[in-house]
Amino acid sequence: MAPGQSQSSSETGGFDVEFRSVVKHFADVRAVDDVSFALKRGSFHSFLGPSGCGKTTSLRLIAGFEQPDSGSVEIAGQSVVGVPAYRRPVNMVFQHYALFPHMDVAANVGYGLRQRRPRADAAEIDKRVAEALELVRLPHLGKRRTWELSGGQQQRVALARALINRPTVLLLDEPLAALDRKLRREMQIELQNLQREVGITFVLVTHDQEEALSMSDTIGIMKDGRIVQFGTPEELYDAPVNRYVADFVGESNFFSGSVASCDEVSAAITTPSGLTLQAPFSRLGGKLQPGSKAAIAVRPEVIGLWQPGAVPAGLDISRPARLLNRIYLGDHSEFQVEADGLGAVLVRLPKHSTEGQGINGGALEPGDQVIMGWKRDRALALSEA
Amino acid sequence: MTTAALKEKRRQGRWNALLLAPSGLWYLMLLILPLIVILVYSVGERAPTGGYQAGFTFDNYLNIGARWTAFKNTLLLAPTGTLICLLAGYPLAYFLAVKANPRTRLFLLILVVVPFWTSFLIRTYAWMFILGGRGLPHLLELIGIEGVRFINTPFAVLVGIVYAYLPLMVFPIFVSLEKLDKRLLEASDDLGASPFATFRQITLPLSAPGMITGCMLVFILLMGEYLIPQMLGGGKVFFIGNALVDLFLQSLNWPFGSACAMALVFIMMVTVGLYLKATRATGGRDVSLM
Repeated sequence: MAPGQSQSSSETGGFDVEFRSVVKHFADVRAVDDVSFALKRGSFHSFLGPSGCGKTTSLRLIAGFEQPDSGSVEIAGQSVVGVPAYRRPVNMVFQHYALFPHMDVAANVGYGLRQRRPRADAAEIDKRVAEALELVRLPHLGKRRTWELSGGQQQRVALARALINRPTVLLLDEPLAALDRKLRREMQIELQNLQREVGITFVLVTHDQEEALSMSDTIGIMKDGRIVQFGTPEELYDAPVNRYVADFVGESNFFSGSVASCDEVSAAITTPSGLTLQAPFSRLGGKLQPGSKAAIAVRPEVIGLWQPGAVPAGLDISRPARLLNRIYLGDHSEFQVEADGLGAVLVRLPKHSTEGQGINGGALEPGDQVIMGWKRDRALALSEA
Repeated sequence: MTTAALKEKRRQGRWNALLLAPSGLWYLMLLILPLIVILVYSVGERAPTGGYQAGFTFDNYLNIGARWTAFKNTLLLAPTGTLICLLAGYPLAYFLAVKANPRTRLFLLILVVVPFWTSFLIRTYAWMFILGGRGLPHLLELIGIEGVRFINTPFAVLVGIVYAYLPLMVFPIFVSLEKLDKRLLEASDDLGASPFATFRQITLPLSAPGMITGCMLVFILLMGEYLIPQMLGGGKVFFIGNALVDLFLQSLNWPFGSACAMALVFIMMVTVGLYLKATRATGGRDVSLM
């Protein structure tokens, strides 16, 4: 993918991190395989992917813990190839925080300042440490030992420690993975606020799509050391380039088959059960070739359920289905239905029926016979890889 | 508490007592009782024909100055030997724990203990030859350096000490360095500390428990060392241990020997006390006690 493809939605401004054809091997594994991207100054960027996709290695290449085998890494327009981590204007929040156990909170937070030469005077360091602890809303905890703190507090100390040197780029390696769900939500919001407050470019690595979608200005979806798609959360959600991205961002039902025919904007796919499903191409996904393997992706919130005989006009795909299971989720419910010729399908209905989805979620019970369907322009025809 | 729970607790208490009984008996018979005997002897008098005769006097303690050389040698050479072991052992432990290839690490660790496969006595004998007149001094004479004497000097005793006790220093330091979280080093690196600054501020303090344990192991054993000063010090450089053997077996002055032994015990207790204080000062939750 060409660098800066996501610039369409951004104003002008420099790039804080830029990779050009970066390759990094570990033994015979290409951990990062010809990756190029540019991250706009002051933006919140995420790398999203399963473990082993190269996202952490990319982060470590920015930090300076790894050096690329080929290609170039630039920070704030300067090549940092060969520059060791301690001379780079980037700081990192480690996955398990990596707080120094033999130092109290204030000494941890002030560590970066104390490494500066010429040495900052003690009063100045104390002042900046207090400010940093204030920033992460942990004032008065400076004298505590780090292991006395809760996970969320340790997280904030790690943030304060990484921000105190006012880095050009802040790197976050799965920073919320160790926190419980509620705390994670809180920290997501806090991280976003913090990023806007300090105006530093944040680069987050995560395998949690919700985390990436909720916080980021741009996301790079990675697989096998390559970036599969780079774009805004909306672009990734609405216009995934292939099935892999659609599967990783949000939830989708996939109906695989081979491409029977296509025109300029859409394709028809024949499933193994003999059904033909039609859907438009993804805006960013490119066209499909007849005969190739492909999948129709349908988001669960796009599908509707109707009583037999009450199917509205204009529905492009409709199949009889039986309700298998219902998961109550408060304001909406998720249903597993077994649809003729399509197998198990996930449907998400609001509690109170809205337009186009038929029966409201509150009125269905497992075992009910219904008609399941969707409008084809709400589905996407995607290549398999 | 219910009666059932109380019963269960009593049953467990009985088991604990049973399991601890052998070691408890061992310490009582071979440590506590002998210590009491020594304590009683130390305030007694020497029988005219040697040995012990009942009495109550502090003369033996006041007389310790007569064996001042033994105390001086011990209190000088034991800490010096410990320090040299630390200075020589740390880089080795660091190499093994941090730099060595994980696949060859076990092999290298085994090499460290290989000397233990041969009798300590034989190894010290070997040093007697190496440092003796027909060993190194002879080789030095061949290249024109004459009149060098190693054997029966403090230097020879130190060589023997470092040779024998180095592994005891290396292992505790190795353990503390090996369990050091490498991410802490990366964090320090990330925050702008040069490799040396990281070593000084992270590695060294976090391996302090290992260093303290190693120093205590070596120091305590050195305080009671007998064989090395006997063989490499040749009666000229002798430790408290040698003085005790002399007092008990040659002079048959058991009360005086007992007083010297008690003085040694006292010095040890002070040292261990300082050790415990030092480990608390280094603070970590995971301080390794011996």
